[in-house]
Amino acid sequence: MTGIEREVVIVGAGPAGISAACVVAETGRSALLIDDNPSPGGQIWREQDRHGSDWQASHWLRRMHLYRVDVMSGATVIDGDPGRRAIVCETANSVSTIRYKKLILATGARELFLPFPGWTLPNVMGAGGLQALVKSGMPISGKRVVVAGSGPLLLAVGAYLKGQGARVLAIAEQASWSRLARFGLGLPKQPYKLAETWQLKRALFRVPYRAGAWVEAALGGTVLERVRLRVSHRYWEAPCDYLAVGYGLVPNIELAVSLGCQLSGGCVQVDSMQQTSVPDILCAGETTGIGGVELALMEGRIAGFSAIGDRLNAQWLFSDRERFRRFARRLQKAFTLREELRHLPSEETLVCRCEDVSYRRIAPMSGWRAAKLHTRCGMGPCQGRVCGPAAEFLFGWNCQSARPPVFPARIDSLIEHVDK
Amino acid sequence: MYDVVIAGAGIVGAACAYECAREGLKVAVLERDFIGAGATAAGMGHVVVMDDSEAQFALTRYSQQLWQELASELPDDCEYVQTGTLWVAADEEEMSEVRRKHQFYSQRKVPSEILDARSLDAAEPQLRTGLAGALFVKEDAVVYPPCVARYLLERARDLGARVLMGRQVIRLDDEGAGFDDGTVMKGAVMVNAAGAHAASVHPDLPIVPRKGHLLITERYPGFVRHQLIELGYLKSAHKSAADSVAFNIQPRKTGQLLIGSSRQYAVDSPEIDRSILSRMLARATQYIPTLAGLSSLRVWTGLRAATPDNLPLIGRCPGYRYVFAAAGHEGLGITTSLATARLLIDELMSRSPAISPEPYSVQRNTAVHG
Repeated sequence: MTGIEREVVIVGAGPAGISAACVVAETGRSALLIDDNPSPGGQIWREQDRHGSDWQASHWLRRMHLYRVDVMSGATVIDGDPGRRAIVCETANSVSTIRYKKLILATGARELFLPFPGWTLPNVMGAGGLQALVKSGMPISGKRVVVAGSGPLLLAVGAYLKGQGARVLAIAEQASWSRLARFGLGLPKQPYKLAETWQLKRALFRVPYRAGAWVEAALGGTVLERVRLRVSHRYWEAPCDYLAVGYGLVPNIELAVSLGCQLSGGCVQVDSMQQTSVPDILCAGETTGIGGVELALMEGRIAGFSAIGDRLNAQWLFSDRERFRRFARRLQKAFTLREELRHLPSEETLVCRCEDVSYRRIAPMSGWRAAKLHTRCGMGPCQGRVCGPAAEFLFGWNCQSARPPVFPARIDSLIEHVDK
Repeated sequence: MYDVVIAGAGIVGAACAYECAREGLKVAVLERDFIGAGATAAGMGHVVVMDDSEAQFALTRYSQQLWQELASELPDDCEYVQTGTLWVAADEEEMSEVRRKHQFYSQRKVPSEILDARSLDAAEPQLRTGLAGALFVKEDAVVYPPCVARYLLERARDLGARVLMGRQVIRLDDEGAGFDDGTVMKGAVMVNAAGAHAASVHPDLPIVPRKGHLLITERYPGFVRHQLIELGYLKSAHKSAADSVAFNIQPRKTGQLLIGSSRQYAVDSPEIDRSILSRMLARATQYIPTLAGLSSLRVWTGLRAATPDNLPLIGRCPGYRYVFAAAGHEGLGITTSLATARLLIDELMSRSPAISPEPYSVQRNTAVHG
């Protein structure tokens, strides 16, 4: 086992983690950025974005290289001990205990999957998941794609896929026109405000955008063949090759919870300096509340300044952060998930894919722990990361449980990480 | 008014409810959480014959035979598999223990077989080389306890029993069961089957929590085929008051492996103790070095309801006329649940039981001498 010590350790190399690391590294302090992907960028940026057209991505990725931020990629934080200010990190062939003076959690978010008949068919994917696959080289040109779910991500994904040559048949947004309009996000027949905000309006030219629409079922034998949408009171059905569904994002709070950080509304609770309830542990980005790239960058910078004790520079950014937070709250309200989505699963629809547990078996249970113990729901390799949030939405259960390891870990890692 | 009010819907409470309902008694089961939420869920689910004492043997063997009768009707999710147990001997000293155990079981008609080093290697190739041998106890089995508890309660419910969840019993006396909201459920007979919490209702019961850790891996079908326990287990697990770990591994029907075990006395916090976990896993890899590279999914803890002499408390509680205990099963509650329920119903119905109930009576002197 190797021992490492840094002034500031940051977990998660997405926008929040990278901006925090840059702030720390720019002052010449020792920072370490730990990330479980092969290269930094998080769910939203890729290494090639450093030279791409996304100015934010290229700016921050270049800056990270310029200040020689120490990055440990392909590393998973599996456990931690706030009392000793240490976390345990596993890579493909090693385990190390990393000590910190300040720890910044920027573990981001994952997609929310809601079960509907056929959601487990091959070629039905998460919206962000399909985008990531295409970014890493999966050919999409000429393929028929339906993008469905909720939130601004659908527009971004639709625009990206269309840009890569996909035939985007429809973007189905579950929120109604009236709801989008009420929150100032849409005008009849096009979500102008959103498209403007994300500079996607032109990219989505001629892509039908249907509000008040959601996937009723994905149809097909061994692979996706057709998609059936519900559009208010009518049905719309079309053959397609890929269905990209994203109902929004779920913050990755597991590490924070296992370190003892308090939550508020399902997100990690922080004060104005991004400090959590646990001394010397800060949190930034989607983990503190879903808010998008701009907010994540802002929180990351504040957390960086906060970690090095630079209160003044942190305070300069408070008003910008507040502006992004206000917008995020407005989005959350506009895209609140509709009641009908709770009734999409049929009796046989799987809720837990890891352990093949159907809706019929889970529904009668009294709560999440009972469902886990009696049906094996959430007991598979994803440790309930997918079906937990779905069950929370479907049944109103509290599906948080923090049991080490935070991610599946090798047994020798659990043997070695203890101070003997 | 119920005939029998049972506090606790763990596997012991569930088995008692089923036996009582089968006798046509009107049964209510009260559970503060949900079915099998305590040690029933936390434990391994090993149906095992033990030879610590004659009393331990009698209860575990009787219960194992009841398990064999029940097995054919258990649904698939109960995962009953007769894997057998391999008591692994590391050296010649432990081999002599294998021979003693073999003789003990043979005299009592429990099928077992001595494996030498080579046959042990053939039976479980993942075990390290250089071990001395093992005793193969053939009728031991593996089961998934929460689903068994649910099944037993469903059967009881079919026979008219009521199962109430989310009801915490704070008082259990000759009148009935008292809840935290001041209400009382009346019964002719009350049964304390609250496991590690039994003493919070009846502080006189000599039950203390004994904490254990378990780990479950991802799926590795066929990695091991039997329940494997080191023979040092008996020395380390029961006969010392210090914290201890032992090599104990169980293949699940899913292909997953459950790895144990640890014992910590008078600890009742659920937190995972990293240092004892590390010791426990290190012990396991001393027997199976290839375990080190396997992926673990979850680690958790549970509380065993331990008594000073390691035997459960079954029968009338001192100071009451109509209150009975069925608790204190330590690490053997899954195995002995079915026999416990039989002893209890035989006492309630004034029938003569299949084995002597004396060693488990609540009034006995549980102090351990020598």
